[in-house]
Amino acid sequence: MRIELLNKYFKMDQLPHIWCPGCGNGIALGAAVEAIDNSTMDKDKICIVSGIGCSSRASGYLNFDSLHTTHGRAIAFATGIKLANPELNVIVITGDGDCTAIGGNHLIHGCRRNIDINVLVFNNNIYGMTGGQYSPTTPRNARTSTSRQGTVERQFDICKLSENAGATYVARGTVFHYKHLIGLIEGAFKNKGFSIVEILTPCPIQFGRRNKTPEPADMMRLLKNSTSFSDDGKTKIGVFRDEKEPEFVSEYIKLLSNEGDISV
Amino acid sequence: MGEALLMQGNEACVRGAIRAGMRFFAGYPITPSTEIAELASLMLPKYNGKFIQMEDEISSMAAVIGASLCGLKAMTATSGPGFSLKQENIGYASMTEIPCVVVDVMRGGPSTGLPTCVSQGDVMQSRWGTHGDHPVIVIAPSTVKDIYYMTIKAFNYSERYRIPVILLLDEVNAHMRESVVIENDVEIWDRKRPLTRENHKPYAADEDGVPPMGEFGKGYRFHVTGLVHDETGHPTNSSEEAEKLIRRLHYKLEKSRDDIVIYEKFKTERCRTLIIAFGSVARVCKDVICQINDDSIGLFIPYTIWPFPDKELLSLIQKNRIERIYVPELNTGQMILEVQRIVFGRCEVLGINKYSGELITPTEIIKCLRRG
Ligand code: SF4
Repeated sequence: MRIELLNKYFKMDQLPHIWCPGCGNGIALGAAVEAIDNSTMDKDKICIVSGIGCSSRASGYLNFDSLHTTHGRAIAFATGIKLANPELNVIVITGDGDCTAIGGNHLIHGCRRNIDINVLVFNNNIYGMTGGQYSPTTPRNARTSTSRQGTVERQFDICKLSENAGATYVARGTVFHYKHLIGLIEGAFKNKGFSIVEILTPCPIQFGRRNKTPEPADMMRLLKNSTSFSDDGKTKIGVFRDEKEPEFVSEYIKLLSNEGDISV
Repeated sequence: MGEALLMQGNEACVRGAIRAGMRFFAGYPITPSTEIAELASLMLPKYNGKFIQMEDEISSMAAVIGASLCGLKAMTATSGPGFSLKQENIGYASMTEIPCVVVDVMRGGPSTGLPTCVSQGDVMQSRWGTHGDHPVIVIAPSTVKDIYYMTIKAFNYSERYRIPVILLLDEVNAHMRESVVIENDVEIWDRKRPLTRENHKPYAADEDGVPPMGEFGKGYRFHVTGLVHDETGHPTNSSEEAEKLIRRLHYKLEKSRDDIVIYEKFKTERCRTLIIAFGSVARVCKDVICQINDDSIGLFIPYTIWPFPDKELLSLIQKNRIERIYVPELNTGQMILEVQRIVFGRCEVLGINKYSGELITPTEIIKCLRRG
């Protein structure tokens, strides 16, 4: 992230952040801030909404109106905010557990409504803050503190899930492909509808240490080697969907009028 | 005097809410509160207000809080099982001091219970449903007219004290139809606004314990979290700040307690026996008092069941030298626990309980009184 953006968009008195050395959350947040800076959005009309978990702490570091909500509920709070004040640019920062486990219902219904909010999922494949339990995106066989012999459950594909649920902008990037990631987030901001960017990011402390990649650099290398811009069997990164469809709030406000009797 | 309109209890709730300034409603279908959502969806757009049917009860509570942060007066409505689901974010609203009104139309429980039948089983859930120490205001209207005016009160309190206010209806008064005179003059309170955007400290309270409230999108750029926070709104692990915050959250209601409690004394001038009842049961008891026509028995109705009008009850007990109290309620005995706490052995306290899903009748209560 460009250093001048630190003073411009961060609450310096809230730093240093709580994230571990080697954590990818700072890079992901940096990309989000660069995308915000590149956009034409009125900075007083930006609202950051987050859930609970390591990544969700990001809301408190940014110098915007920000709401650090309950676990899994960020999209639900964001829905109320966007409908109440359609002028606001609502950005949700969430994690894989927050967004697709406890918050999975709100995710799919946000997608279905195609409400104009931008969801950035920092996907580190683990519950980091609580000590490394497996999440809906933990790969099969990966070891976690609640699957010490290897995870038996299957993984969610967040992008496929969102696309099929009706999100109109769906993309995946990684913190290794930083410039590319900024572009993906900018694309999300431009879409008037439900946008989701899945950001693959390393958690060396809770995931890497149990899965033979304890070094942050190893995890970054893994991100580089396991992903691809084309369909070659690796995890694909890029934009999967970018389409215009009726957006919930703009459709709803067409119903509004001022004809109600004041003494109800 | 204004116009008299015939309306259902749930309808009175929506009309009162809009009169109070409600411009946002988020809900989820559940019997016996559904009419509230249906009518809100119909009426709100005519007042430039917003309605949304969310995917569940949890998210409707969340959406209401989000809307309130954007400056709209917001409400949700549910019944027992849905009320349980809302508790998570009711706690969030308590901690973050975001005004909102939550209607719980009580039905038979636990669990799915008796969805279309009356109960008063949520007295304790309304007080202690969410986790942690938290202050709360719970208003339990008795008649349809009460529902209209007390919904306005619920909004007023939630705005002034920045607190979620629970409006406790029950299947009987929510579905009953009565005429309500719509008064022309009604007092409407709005939340305090910060005087300036400079150096905005979102949780710096005034002398009344209530911090003025900014709104999102107006340049305050403030942070809200359910974690323990200091005046800046940012999380802190300081034990001092934690204590300070919890103390203030309670203080703001304790300080204004006398302005908050609502109660009614019905024919208590000479009574030595007292009936204490709320909600639909209170109106049954009014009937009882009128039928027996004996001034040794009076009725005390707490409309704010939390905070309970304890001082007022105690002074009545002492002044009249009350010998016996009956607490009829549609549960196995919940409000009686609060009454016993207040009475503290000064007189006898007896419960009259019914939990069959039907309203208690005057005859049943009179029978209990006669049995002694
Ligand atoms: S636990 Fe993992 S995700 Fe959380 S801050 Fe540490 S490295 Fe980052």
